[in-house]
Amino acid sequence: MNNIKKMLGLVWMAAAPILIWFLASQAMQKISNATEATKANVMLQWVIILSIFAPICFGFFIFGYYGFKGEYDHLPESSAELDD
Amino acid sequence: MSQAKDSSKIAFVIGASSVGTLIEWYDFYIFGMLATIISQQFFPADAGTAALLSTLAIFAAGFIVRPFGALVFGRLGDLIGRKYTFLLTLLIMGGSTFAIGLVPGYASIGWAAPIIVLVLRLLQGLALGGEYGGAATYVAEHAPADRRGFWTSWIQTTATLGLFLALGIIILIRSNQGVEKFSAEWGGWRYPFWISLLLVIVSILIRMKMSESPMFSKLKAEGKTSVNPLKESFGRKANFKMVLLALFGAVMGQGVIWYTGQFYAQSFIETVCKVDFIQSRNLMLWAILFATPFFVIFGYLSDRIGRKWIMMAGMLAGILTYRPIYQHFLDVTSANNRVEKIDLANTVTAPLMASIDHKDNTKLYIIHHYDTAYTDGAHFRYTKTDTLHIAAAYAVGDAGVISFTQVNKLDSTKTDTIIAKVKAPNGTIVDETKSANIVVINKSVKPSVVIEKTLDNDTYWNLIWLVFVQILYVTMVYGPIAAFLVEMFPTKIRYTSMSLPYHIGNGVFGGLVPFLGTLIVEFTKNADNPAGDPLAGLWYPIGVASICLFIGVVYLTNKVDKNVMD
Repeated sequence: MNNIKKMLGLVWMAAAPILIWFLASQAMQKISNATEATKANVMLQWVIILSIFAPICFGFFIFGYYGFKGEYDHLPESSAELDD
Repeated sequence: MSQAKDSSKIAFVIGASSVGTLIEWYDFYIFGMLATIISQQFFPADAGTAALLSTLAIFAAGFIVRPFGALVFGRLGDLIGRKYTFLLTLLIMGGSTFAIGLVPGYASIGWAAPIIVLVLRLLQGLALGGEYGGAATYVAEHAPADRRGFWTSWIQTTATLGLFLALGIIILIRSNQGVEKFSAEWGGWRYPFWISLLLVIVSILIRMKMSESPMFSKLKAEGKTSVNPLKESFGRKANFKMVLLALFGAVMGQGVIWYTGQFYAQSFIETVCKVDFIQSRNLMLWAILFATPFFVIFGYLSDRIGRKWIMMAGMLAGILTYRPIYQHFLDVTSANNRVEKIDLANTVTAPLMASIDHKDNTKLYIIHHYDTAYTDGAHFRYTKTDTLHIAAAYAVGDAGVISFTQVNKLDSTKTDTIIAKVKAPNGTIVDETKSANIVVINKSVKPSVVIEKTLDNDTYWNLIWLVFVQILYVTMVYGPIAAFLVEMFPTKIRYTSMSLPYHIGNGVFGGLVPFLGTLIVEFTKNADNPAGDPLAGLWYPIGVASICLFIGVVYLTNKVDKNVMD
């Protein structure tokens, strides 16, 4: 199971930038397709979505990295293990 | 004797915490449910500006301010204690909700109205971000180790019961007052906001009597509370990796299952299946009522068999059955699958009506209602609106609605002389015999058609059952999650550590279900299929739940941590 966790870590690390790229390309497409009347609103929606999803995707990348490095091979069973 | 005393104490803790959390959810939901009226009352008629402000109110409150509230109040809860922090969030939520009900409309105070409402809505989001983590932590820290899932599941019922309360109160007031009175500037839509004040006062009085969490008190007495909860939660790898695991392995999937079952279902039934306003809300009320006890049942079960597999089973059930369920929604509400009554006496056709566009007097809207009755008792109403462009502005003065008598000529693209009854907006007939010479230039190619379906009894209960099944999935993923999150983090930074993933999972991943669902449906629209695939929007919750299920199955443990004292 630990090997699967590590292998999947690579998948999550790869998925994070792909998700960001997908969202950014959608944002650009939707903003450019919007009419003059709705452009400001569409832009605001996507700026909010991108600004909140960018750190989440970054977190997903770190999650993958931790998985790859074996940080989840053993989950802590007491708070003492949560202290570095 | 001591056991009885303990049970009574924990029952008080649950009751006091749950009532406050329920009120917070109620406060948060009524704004969303009354969004259309709020937009009409507080935002300028200019469509662009109104859309911009409502986007800020909806998106910012849900997606940015909620997680931000989780950080602000989570930190405070780990520094000064759970009791005072969630007392503060209740005060902010109740105060801002009541204040929204007092703000005069845009017609009275202009731009101040939308700005004040926007600020108050952001305060609501902030308070909600701080409330849940505090209540869940507080209850879990009082509960005995072997019943933590059971006791915290009562807190989990509040999000659904808050929705129930909000729906019930709004429907009750709207039914008593009628749509017009309810939607007026100082109409009945404000009552749910004012009722909040009463609920909050009661809840604050109860919460004042509560004592601080025993675990937090012990830490404080020993001087072991965190100095910097944010740094310890997110700056230390050992804890931060658990925050990430909680988010991507549990809460992200739980959030989309929750929003799909409780909000997307209602929106789909109303806007895609076109079931009428009251019936679509009533069926949600029934489904919620039947499903709510299962929060407690699954919470109890999680103490016996572990949290992980119950939550994973809820996600898997959603992934496998959402598309068949929503396809069934479409099938049973479709006119194609019904037998129309051939007895024309049962088919009511309302008179043709027309109204002039007040902004552009060269536009005449011809409105025609027609009803279709079916042998099973269902009744579908179609309201078709044609737009006629006329050569010269029609001077109607204060009159708003015209009842035409020569209905057969209204679709003409030629010159028509029509006899009209002119009515003022309040319904008074201004001029019964006024005749109008209207030169029609052309008719808009595409009429707008609004459909309202009143379902027969069998179909109605069939939909209740299918919504119930979806809320059952919600109870599986949401019932055990408070205990699950509490057990992941140490007492000194628990409030902060569990609040952030919870509000990102629910506020962001869950909150985006309607927006991203609609966006995916847009992708499927093309020349051959201009309406697109109405089920395509489900790929978002199915996709997110699938990734979360996969991560949860591989990375999470099913072991229940009995000791949360550390």
